[in-house]
Amino acid sequence: MLGSGRAFRRPLPGRVSSHETALGHVHTRAPDSDAMNSRSLPYLLIAPALLFLAVFFLYPFSLVAWQAFSTDEGRLTTEHFADMVGYWKFNDTLRNTLWLAAIVVPIQLVLSLLMATMVSKMQRGRDMVLYIWTIPLGISDLAAGLIWLAIFEQTGYLNSILHGLGLIEQPVAFLGYQSKLTLFVAIMLAEVWRATAIMLVILVAGIGLIPKEYNEAAEVFGAGPWQRFRRVTFPLLKPSLQTALILRVILAFEVFAVVIALSGTQFPVLMGAVYERQFVLRDTSVAAAYAMLILAISIAFTLLVLWWLRVPKEARI
Amino acid sequence: MAEIRINRVAKQFGKTHALQAIDLTIADREFMVLLGASGCGKTTLLRIVAGLETATAGQVHIGDRRVDQLPPKARGIAMVFQNYAVFPHLTVYENIAFGLRMAKLADSEIDKRVNRTAALMHIDPLLKRYSGQLSGGQRQRVAVSRALAMEPDVILMDEPLSNLDALLRMEMRAELKSVLAESNTTTIYVTHDQVEAMSMADRIAIMDQGHIVQCDVPVEIYRNPAAHFVGSFIGNPPMNFLKASRVDTGQWRVAGATLSGPGSDKNALDFAIRPEDITVGEGPLQAEVRLLEPLGSHTLLACRVDNTAFRVIVDSDTSVSIGDTLSLNPMADRVRWFDPDTQLAVPS
Ligand SMILES: Nc1ncnc2c1ncn2[C@@H]1O[C@H](COP(=O)(O)OP(=O)(O)O)[C@@H](O)[C@H]1O
Ligand SMILES: [Mg+2]
Repeated sequence: MLGSGRAFRRPLPGRVSSHETALGHVHTRAPDSDAMNSRSLPYLLIAPALLFLAVFFLYPFSLVAWQAFSTDEGRLTTEHFADMVGYWKFNDTLRNTLWLAAIVVPIQLVLSLLMATMVSKMQRGRDMVLYIWTIPLGISDLAAGLIWLAIFEQTGYLNSILHGLGLIEQPVAFLGYQSKLTLFVAIMLAEVWRATAIMLVILVAGIGLIPKEYNEAAEVFGAGPWQRFRRVTFPLLKPSLQTALILRVILAFEVFAVVIALSGTQFPVLMGAVYERQFVLRDTSVAAAYAMLILAISIAFTLLVLWWLRVPKEARI
Repeated sequence: MAEIRINRVAKQFGKTHALQAIDLTIADREFMVLLGASGCGKTTLLRIVAGLETATAGQVHIGDRRVDQLPPKARGIAMVFQNYAVFPHLTVYENIAFGLRMAKLADSEIDKRVNRTAALMHIDPLLKRYSGQLSGGQRQRVAVSRALAMEPDVILMDEPLSNLDALLRMEMRAELKSVLAESNTTTIYVTHDQVEAMSMADRIAIMDQGHIVQCDVPVEIYRNPAAHFVGSFIGNPPMNFLKASRVDTGQWRVAGATLSGPGSDKNALDFAIRPEDITVGEGPLQAEVRLLEPLGSHTLLACRVDNTAFRVIVDSDTSVSIGDTLSLNPMADRVRWFDPDTQLAVPS
């Protein structure tokens, strides 16, 4: 954000000076000014988008940040963070969010890689399978939560089926406050079902970009399916994996509607805490502090992903 | 011993018959070139031998093993791909070492082989670089080194020089030939470039529309084409063809002249002669000169004989000009005859 802000300011003087050169030395300096123009052109073209971003994103964002770090009298303070951390549910909230991400994201990574390699190998019906797998993408996360609620609730499908099979006498409260584990599993399943496809789509596109010859060469030189994946497909897929993982990790820390639909407030997560502070307790400053925390975690994990899947510049395709 | 025997191999892609009952035997340590126009099935045949494609019918043997059911890595082959397929995420060293690591050789052995083949292909200063930092010619050398390092029984190459510029191609041609000759491998080399084929091959297999039309040593292919197609494909410019009709047993009328030819009882044959196998002066064929192409060492004349395009190569000192009518004398022992129905050569 800071970087783009600087990029926004830099081109303007450049543009003006190139203009002057063009006017002042049309004959002698024409090639030079052309070069200057073509250098500043991209910045000019993205300027409106940057302006939009500044007005509708950077400005409100700085307001929220200011709110998180200031008192009503306008002094700098960390008391809202102290308030946030001191709250009795805070540790649970943070732990739940991190655990959910730590378990859901790797599962989705493996699943989407498996599905993407399978889809890419298919000769026929490939588009059909891809469409079916990406259906959950078209459903909002609240709706997705409600679908899984219909399965897991006390009068839901799962209980009906188990009862119909004679496996249980009484309906089981899968989502009750005593059964933390099944609640966690239900949320996990719903998240995996809902958001794996976004990674899948990115990875299928990424695999499509890898020339077939690389895998064939690996095959001829003795690599089996696993070695081909590990030594050829995976390294060449890193740029797509980066995109998919960053997108997914950030969404994982923002998990909200699915959790609310399935658990109400029994499974507190960070985004739920933001909502609670802002709209139930009317404590905007602490809500802002939570938002800052989510941002910090997202940035940290984004950097982690960038580092883990880094490709040396000279080794790129 | 790595003789390759290809028996009745056919390949269909849906309704396309890419290969039709191919029979070909390549001797141990032979350099066999598959030559043909684009789309005639060369790559498909090579990929079937490599195991990257499954034949619809037929068998492939390498040495005394039947390999067509085996995966590529069990066939004792190495391959140089047309676009090199040098892994961009690995250094040159690791690219060359790739197959050796897969074969779980000891590190010391890998190091020895990588250094030896890299030195052989003159890329030893590049071992730490990535493919993106190499020129096309260097990438090509890496691809060859990677194949040689495997010390395979068989090396398969699919148009390995086609992406290089003309000068580099000539240089690599000679280099590849000598390196492969020393490596004791059996080679199948695919190309659509006849100069490459003629200059490198022990034997050439000419392919056309999924068939092998002729398989022989380069000189034989050039001098004694087994079919009309071979004569019209090989040679730059290729053979001249004229219609011939039978006058009497062994006597044929060609462009108004009577020439002696095969004692066939067919009514019509095709008369064929290479542009350089014609002398200008006294002769039976009357040609009108349409175009002159002085090429330094010789001059190429584009003429018309009997309303058919006809090319003649003459010494650059010969004085001819456009519009001249020349008397041409085809050298009798170089004249070839083809059956217009079967397209095959008719012995004279
Ligand atoms: N994977 C494929 N699917 C369908 N048709 C193919 C495939 N590969 C090759 N062909 C067809 O088979 C014929 C031979 O192709 P190929 O072996 O690549 O020719 P060459 O290498 O001699 O140019 C062509 O008509 C081509 O279109
Ligand atoms: Mg080809």
